[in-house]
Amino acid sequence: MAVREILLHPHPLLTQRAERVDPADADGVVRDLLDTMRSFGHCVGIAAPQIAELVRIAVVDCTGHPKAPDAQGELVLINPVIVAASGSKVGREGCLSIPAFTANVRRATEITVEAEGLRLDASGFEARAIQHEIDHLDGLLFLDKVESLEADVFPRKSR
Amino acid sequence: MPTLAVSAMGLDRPGIIAGVAERLAAHGANITDSRMAILRGHFAMTLIVEGAERAALDADLAKLGLEAVSVTEVPEAASHPRSEPTAVVAVHGADHPGIVAAVTRVLADGGVNVCDLQTRLARELYVMIIGVAVPPGLALEELDRRLQAVASEQGVTITLRPADVDVL
Repeated sequence: MAVREILLHPHPLLTQRAERVDPADADGVVRDLLDTMRSFGHCVGIAAPQIAELVRIAVVDCTGHPKAPDAQGELVLINPVIVAASGSKVGREGCLSIPAFTANVRRATEITVEAEGLRLDASGFEARAIQHEIDHLDGLLFLDKVESLEADVFPRKSR
Repeated sequence: MPTLAVSAMGLDRPGIIAGVAERLAAHGANITDSRMAILRGHFAMTLIVEGAERAALDADLAKLGLEAVSVTEVPEAASHPRSEPTAVVAVHGADHPGIVAAVTRVLADGGVNVCDLQTRLARELYVMIIGVAVPPGLALEELDRRLQAVASEQGVTITLRPADVDVL
């Protein structure tokens, strides 16, 4: 088990598409993702490219987050795919890899996700977190989704 | 009276707008469209005004002690045929000189009008968001292909997508 270093944008690995992974080989990355996510008190999700692993693995846990009363606990997403999405809402997001900014991003409000060994429905903030992490697996960051720097991107005090 | 373009810039502090606006009012200048922003600690504003005499206004604004002031007579512009953005170009990556030039050159060569452009630098991360009006003859897929060529040349990420058109 290990808390890994978070890559900061601009880092070339953060904008590359991650590869599908054999679930039998996923354990080490999953453990490190969970350990790293837990090491930040406020973090609700993290994707493998953020710890320099270009594989399609992300973890999400919105437990206890005030915006996610219906959170389903720890979600380990290996080769996740969004198979259905509906609704559309703008909400504020931050990202460990972009500590300088937060931004308003439009996302689906209800999603169905299939990943190795699971199929789940998520809504609201938890659905937002899952979409944010799956974007990481496609090399996309929230900066790719904002409409306006002035209206939608906000400076954040550096930690 | 002519239409005037007024631009002014000063180290940001409370009172810059009030100072400029009071002098405009004293000269009978009516502010039509304007844009004001803080850019890395400098307050910058550009205003289109009507109803004032250029030289007198210029002389008066100069007394404010700002970093830069200019008052220019401009022709009355017909509303531009492509001034509403139809797409958004998001650019981000490691900062270096030439990103804005390379991206906007591709847009200009395609007849794409920039309606709104903002950039921000946070440490070495450079972010630029551009609202663009794409001419009807240029497919978004083709524009994206040209932008992706610039992206790899400049080592940045560029995302092109249609502007949200939630009109209620």
